[in-house]
Formats: sequence, C-alpha cells, structure tokens
Amino acid sequence: MHAALLICANDLRRRLRDRSALLVAVVIPLALAAVFGLTLGDATNGDVTFRYAVVDADRSATSRSFQDEVLAGLERQGLVRLRQVARAADAERLAERGTIDAAFVLPAGLGRSVAAGQPARVEVIGSPDAPLGALVARSIAGAWAGDVSSVQVAVRAAIAAGADPADAGALAAAAHGVPAPLEVVDVSTEERQLDPTTFYAAGMAIFFLFFSVQLGVTSILEERQQGTLARLLAAPIGPRAVLAGKLLTSVVVGLVSMTVLVVATTFLIGASWGNPFGVALLVVAGVLAATAVAALVATLARTADQAGTWQSIVALVLGMLGGAFFPLDRVGGLTARLSLLTPHAWFSRGLAELTGGAGAAGAVPAALVLLAIAAVVGGAAMLRSGRLVGR
Amino acid sequence: MGAQPEPTLVCRSLRRRFGEIEAVRDVSFTVAPGETYGLLGPNGAGKTTTISIVCGLLRADEGSVEIEGHQLTTRDVAPRKLIGYVPQELALYPDLSGRENVRLFGRLYGLSRAEAARRGDEALELVGLADRGKDRADTYSGGMQRRLNIALGLLHRPKLLVLDEPTVGVDPQSRNAILESVDALGREGMAVLYTTHYMEEAERLCDRIGILDAGELKAEGTRRELISLVGEHDRVRLAGGGDLHAAAAALAAAAGVERAEVADDAIELVVADARQLLPELLRRATESGARLDAVEVREPNLETVFLHLTGRALRD
Repeated sequence: MHAALLICANDLRRRLRDRSALLVAVVIPLALAAVFGLTLGDATNGDVTFRYAVVDADRSATSRSFQDEVLAGLERQGLVRLRQVARAADAERLAERGTIDAAFVLPAGLGRSVAAGQPARVEVIGSPDAPLGALVARSIAGAWAGDVSSVQVAVRAAIAAGADPADAGALAAAAHGVPAPLEVVDVSTEERQLDPTTFYAAGMAIFFLFFSVQLGVTSILEERQQGTLARLLAAPIGPRAVLAGKLLTSVVVGLVSMTVLVVATTFLIGASWGNPFGVALLVVAGVLAATAVAALVATLARTADQAGTWQSIVALVLGMLGGAFFPLDRVGGLTARLSLLTPHAWFSRGLAELTGGAGAAGAVPAALVLLAIAAVVGGAAMLRSGRLVGR
Repeated sequence: MGAQPEPTLVCRSLRRRFGEIEAVRDVSFTVAPGETYGLLGPNGAGKTTTISIVCGLLRADEGSVEIEGHQLTTRDVAPRKLIGYVPQELALYPDLSGRENVRLFGRLYGLSRAEAARRGDEALELVGLADRGKDRADTYSGGMQRRLNIALGLLHRPKLLVLDEPTVGVDPQSRNAILESVDALGREGMAVLYTTHYMEEAERLCDRIGILDAGELKAEGTRRELISLVGEHDRVRLAGGGDLHAAAAALAAAAGVERAEVADDAIELVVADARQLLPELLRRATESGARLDAVEVREPNLETVFLHLTGRALRD
C-alpha cells in the first residue's frame, strides 16, 4: 500500500505541474456548465416571461373575468407580462414586430354570446418570432374557453330542467363558482427534474469526469513508452502496487475534480445539488464507475495515444447517451432506455432524487447501480490488467 | 587458500519463448561479488530478454534465477531490493528534477525519506550530476540523462547492478564517464551484469564475458580464455630491410613463435603472446641482421571470437 501511495503521490505531483490536467478536471467543465446553465437555462426554466397584449373590445363581465381570473393570476406569478391594446390591428402589428409574443382579442359581444349560450370566439394573434409564446397563449385561451363551455352547458341544463332563462346570468355565475370535480396534478417528472443550471453543472461534471480519470490509469501506458514502467516493475513492490497506485490517482483526481465542481457550481452559478451526503455518495460511486471504464479501455489499447482516443470516444458516446448534454426525459423511447446502461444517467437520476427533496437515502439506488457498473467493468479490467503490468 | 565467494547471481538453464521464437535457450551463468560479467551479442541475441528475466520483468518458461541465494519469483518481490536495474532506454521522469527522480525510486526501494535523500545525493554525486540535481531531467543533455538513468539503478546500493546497453546513443565523453563509473562500482565489490554489442566495452570493462547469439550462450570466460578457446594467436609484423630471411629463421626458432615468414619487406610472425615476447623478438631480429623500421602487433579480439563461434560478425 505504501508503494501505491508513493506512485499516486508522484502522479499527482506531476499532474499538478501539468496545467492541462487542471483544465480538463476543473476549469473546462466549470466554464461549460456556467455557459450552458446561463444561456440554455433561460429557454427551459420556469422563469420565462411571455409578453402578451389584451384587446378587450367587449368590456363585459365575461371578458373581465378572463383578464382578472386568468391572465392577472399568471402575471402575478411572473409568467406573463400584460399590456392593454385598443384595437386588434394594433395588436397584430405589435406581434408582427416581435414586441409581444401574442395577443388575446376579446371581441365585442363575447359576454352576451356566452350568457346566451351561443357560439363565441376569442382570437389569439401569435408572433412569428415567438412560436412558444403563441402556443402557450393558445393553451391559456383554450383552457379558459373550455371553462366557459362547461358553464354554458351547466346553464343550458338548468334551463332545460325548468329554471327561468331570465336567471341565466345568475346561473352562469353559480356554475362558474363550482369547483372542478377532477383536477389533474403532475407530481412525477416535474418534481424530480433538475433545474437547468444544476442539470448542466452535473452533466459537465460527470462528462469531464470520464476525461479526468484517464490521467491515472492511462499513465501506465505513458510510463511504458517512457520506460519508467519497467523500472517500477523491477522495484521490490510488485505489479499490483503499480496498478493500485495508478487507479488511486484516477480516483483522487476524479474526486477532487467533482468536489471542486460541486462546490464551485453551487456558489458561482447557483446549482442546487441537494443533500450533501447523498451527493458525496453519488460522486464516490460515479468516480469509481468512471475509473473502471477508463481502466478497461486502457487494457484494450496498445499506446497511451490510442487509449486517450478510445477513452475520449467512449466518454463522448456515454455522455451523449447518458444525457449529459440534454435532458433525456424529452427524448424518451429507446434512447432513454439505453441511457440506463451509462453511469451518467444513473448519476443524474440520483441527483434528481436529491434535488426533489429526498434525503441521502434517495441517492442510494442510483449509487448502488453505479457501484455495480464499477464492479462489473472494473472486474473485466482487472482480468485484462496483465496486459498493462504483466510479465 | 581462501574459499571462493558465493556468487551474487546464479542463472540456471533459463528459457523463454515468444510464440514461435525461442528468445533465450538454456542460458546459465553466474556473477561473483565484485565481478563484471558481460553479455556480448548483436541486437536480437537475447541479451535484454535474459536480463529482463534476471530483474523479474519477464517470467522464465524454464530455469531459475538466484540472487545471493534467494530464488527470484514473481510472487516474492523482496529479493529485488538486491538488484539495481538500468534499462536500455531512458527510464526516468523528465518532468521531475534529478533529485526528485532519485528520491522517488529510493522510497520505492524501501529507503526512508531521509535515507533516500542522502543516498540519492550520493548517487548523483557518483555520476557527476550533483550540481544539476535541482534541474528538471528534461533540461539535461542526452549523456546526462543516461548518467541519471544509471544513478537511479544504484542509489539503493544493490548487490547486483544490471545494465542493459547503457551507452547506446551516448556521446564519447559521457560514454567514457559511464564506463568509468561502472568500472569503479565493480572495484568496490558490486556484482555487475552488463550487456553490450560493443566489443570494446566488453573488453575494457568485463572480467568475464558470455557470448550470446540467437538466444544461446555460445561460450563464456575471460577475454584471454575466449580467445584461446578458438585457437587464435597474436600476429606481429616487423617491417624494414637487411637480412630479413636470416632474421626470420632465427625468430622461428624462438620459444612461443608458431610461424615466421618473410613477405614483401617484412617478417610476418604468429606468436602465442605478442606483448610478452615482443622484446625478445626485436632483439633476435636485430642481432640476425635485420634493420627494423616499424613494428605492428595485431591481437585477436572478441570480434574474431564471435565470428569464429557464430560464423558472422558482431554487428551483422
């Protein structure tokens, strides 16, 4: 063990002098996480504010209810920013220019038609530059129209049952006040999804982890080319000590890299990783899995360059498949199922559990899978380790 | 008469095969304390394979290696403390200083931190790098790196120093420094196993030499023993004028002279030991009426021996 520690300490000293190691392990992933989190994050997080205009040509209780009960509520939540526009033509011009994302046009007679149970319409003018904003506006209007339709049905049913048609207004108000009998609440994926900043921080950390751990195991091949491996193997320490020292270097570099990234992204770009013990568990398991993968690839290569190339390809493929660059829940299907073969996906899953509010125990299933990957892949690497340090 | 010291290294019937190629075939030799044993052979003769087995870097298919009575096995690594290994290629960390290199390997050979520092400095001193110890190894010249390579092999004071062609690609000055260092180590009592394909190095350094070719140890012994083994004699050419035929007849009758003939303006002699006989030969020649202008002595060398044993030149 003493010899393994000496070899590890020597490797770490040399890696510290080698600035590129610092770049791969810390600087680049941190910078990319920050860039992705800050730029792509706005497009996917809940802080997006849509700019809508309202053209209220009706000025009835119905049109006011749409504005007061639907749009005002969304505005209070910061989801939309509203402005009143006098005419539909003005709203169309604003949408065309991109000044607004969409406009709701409430035509004159809307309230009367609704109260009479006659067909009515609400127009949505979308900006060609903001399809997402226009889509959301159509959804808002559609949901309100559905509400209105159910009120109309209720009023018609009441009149058919003998109510005085003159009381249609009161009946409509009463029907409007009845709470919905069925409410659909999504508590599954939304609640266990990483926010964009954390997603990209975690994605970059686990992606670059597969590069930083190469610095240890691949150096066996470098040392073989450099001639120092023969000298190490001739020393009274045994090949296992050499291998252990190199693997230890990978683990230490991986742990340091991940720890620095977790701490730095928390304080610098506001990533929220969840329960620190759970995160530590995932980081340790993730580093072991990454080290095992790098070790297996190293046993297949003949030279350090070849190993570096193969490990980069493996890191890239696993990163893409494992969802290090984009959330896999938006892809689904075979890709999502294949991602379960990668340490990246399990690392993200574990983190999602933690950020969803689970304690450290929430990370245990994902950590166990990562450890199983480390054991299986690492076992295969050990079986082939004779190629690296054998006689 | 004192008892012969136990050999530091005993190699018995070593064999190693790489696929269809038998790189080492039944190679046996010993190296005594203070003895420098040379393995002489061309590239591909099996020298590096042999010493890789000796150093535990390769497992022998058959045979055994003993260092100071300890059997060398792949499991028991402790006897490797007794060996210092200087590989053919540079084997050092170029991004570490010379001092960091020697201290690291000192620790790996089981020395304490203080001991590794002290012996590391001594080793650097021995190879003439004490004043460059703080500099990174990649700032050293090729010759200096070679010397550091040697220092790394001997800093833990091994009983057996194994050097695999340590002067390949080295400038004459550094080469000379390396040979002097190895010579000094042998005189201090260290057993040295030295491989080379340079005949001159083997002749200069080695007390005994093993001629290795195609994985086989063709012959071994001192230089003189090897030469006598193949029946070669020294040749002396006495050039000049006067009565060369009378002189040749007188010389032919001298003890130790195998043959004496006149060819052109010279007497060609084949003798057993030219260095010893030369004064007597010169005296007889001049007394017999020869007038000598030049003397040329040609001793058989290991190249001749190698050619005789293998049918090809050492550098083929």
